[in-house]
Amino acid sequence: MSVKKIAKDDFAVFVDALIAKTSVIGVQAKGDRFDFAPLESAKNLRLDYDVTLQPPKKYFLPPTEVLMTFEIGGAYRSAYEDEPFVLLGVHPYDMVAINQMDELFQQDNYDAHYMKRRNNATIIACDVVKPSENVFASSMGTAVVRGGYDVLLTDIGNAYVAESGTPKGEKLLAGMKGVTADDAALKSRESVWAKNKKGLNRHELKCDPAYLPRLLDKAYDHPVWEERARTCFACGSCNQVCPTCYCFNVQDDVNWDLQTGKRERAWDGCLLNGFTKVAGEHEFRNQRSDRFRHRLYRKAKYVPSKIGGQIACVGCGRCVAACLPDIANPVSVYNRLIDDQGIG
Amino acid sequence: MCQCCTEKKDIYLPQLATVVKAEAMNVTERYLRLSMDDGQFDYIPGQFVEVSVAGIGEAPITITSSPTQKGGFELVIRKIGNVTNAVHNLREGAKIGIRGPLGDGTYPVEEAKGKNLVFICGGLGLVPQRAFINYVLDNRKDYGEVTILQGTKCYEQRLFVKEVAAWEKRSDVHMLETIDEGHDCWKGNVGVVTKLIPKVKTDLKSAVVLVCGPPVMYKFVLMALEEYEVPHENIFLNLERKMKCGVGKCGHCQINGVYCCMDGPVFRYSDLATMPEAI
Repeated sequence: MSVKKIAKDDFAVFVDALIAKTSVIGVQAKGDRFDFAPLESAKNLRLDYDVTLQPPKKYFLPPTEVLMTFEIGGAYRSAYEDEPFVLLGVHPYDMVAINQMDELFQQDNYDAHYMKRRNNATIIACDVVKPSENVFASSMGTAVVRGGYDVLLTDIGNAYVAESGTPKGEKLLAGMKGVTADDAALKSRESVWAKNKKGLNRHELKCDPAYLPRLLDKAYDHPVWEERARTCFACGSCNQVCPTCYCFNVQDDVNWDLQTGKRERAWDGCLLNGFTKVAGEHEFRNQRSDRFRHRLYRKAKYVPSKIGGQIACVGCGRCVAACLPDIANPVSVYNRLIDDQGIG
Repeated sequence: MCQCCTEKKDIYLPQLATVVKAEAMNVTERYLRLSMDDGQFDYIPGQFVEVSVAGIGEAPITITSSPTQKGGFELVIRKIGNVTNAVHNLREGAKIGIRGPLGDGTYPVEEAKGKNLVFICGGLGLVPQRAFINYVLDNRKDYGEVTILQGTKCYEQRLFVKEVAAWEKRSDVHMLETIDEGHDCWKGNVGVVTKLIPKVKTDLKSAVVLVCGPPVMYKFVLMALEEYEVPHENIFLNLERKMKCGVGKCGHCQINGVYCCMDGPVFRYSDLATMPEAI
């Protein structure tokens, strides 16, 4: 795979040419914050962003999507969205999250709806320029990513270093005006990586993330769950902004003709009241503390057991910012357990 | 299945089945015999299907028939939620959507061979258990003694009354039944199902015990089985959870680290030791 050095002006020209050809989703300012949105011009692209309000998961698992259509009393027909698009400006921690989701949606039962979108996506990732207020990717080992993207961009000040990660990315890179990255450029990129590996750490986890599943083995009855959940609104904001939360609900919607309709899936959240409620009103995780604990166990124990031990918290810090009562910060919970239980 | 077929298959898409027979069992339970329109349907006792009513939604229901009995499969559905209410309105000949069979955690069909079996059922719990009971009776020589304990809340709610009576008459089945509240027409045992456990003639310690009933029943049954020192590896429980996808994606049925839809719905009790949410 090749590595190129591309002048920032030349990259803007490339982006505008890309927009003319295909649908491009890029990071843009939204008030004084940032978010992914359809990109109309390279000048709106903000690769110097700190963190987006929403992770890019919505482009693979939309807040609501039609799974199938039906006729009352007739057959069900699968519905797929099948449009290629480019996702521009994915940070390494979000890329790690996408890589994890790819694994989860393919394993055991292949989810063709998710994968259709994923295969239609071309991802241009970019290294972090400005750390966000709550990022802790350095603690989670997700400050730098080597895989999953088609192209990885690193801002080295006066230019970008662009490296392809797939044949699709290689083709894209061929269309960018630039020169093969020289040693100086590669060295600058190394220093960006070295800086980010340490510097994206506003909340410092007191252990290696690989230890978290074992930490939780002994923490099930710890008072921290009840203490934190006492002020939990059960609003599900932490679920909504999380790049690795993918639980969903499925519901039917009948059209006005009362003959046809569609079955849709929509994001759901394990913190919400009713998430585990069955007909007959029995709710299996009725207590907020049970739901709060479930989320943190899912991130650092349950999901990791399905994806080779990778921790399903990538340190983006979005839940820390989104949580009104300020209880969601996973690092502070895990650190509290380390303080009380020690390591080992 | 090869990779390209896997990618083409939609795991959420129901296939059509026809309601071959439908009848009320009592005020809340309805019996359905279904036949897949494409004819194909192989399953193992303990597996469930996602029943789909277009415009209403899906509900997970365990199959009550045994795969040894040909000509479609049977469900018993309690009228309790949106989908199940809609199912109660379906008449013979109606179309219904089915996904499945689902669930890798089935009854220990192979493991239980040669062993004595004790079925403990509470109320609607008879419905999933019946799949394995009839499987065992259709392969009678493969299994040891068969004991069935059935507890029902009240006389009117008793299910499969004729079938239970037929089991009662068999010399190779020890059938014990009780109802929670006495009734003028009832001359049998009165009280909860755990009261029947001391009457079991089979040596419980070496038996395979299969339990299915409402969540509240499990605690008491397990406490009673503890007294008889039944090894936890020999106890199998059928767990219920909210399910949406049924294929290990949507997250609703998670019990600690496992998915009820994928790893269950039948679990070995000893496997539940690390799952405090299970019971």
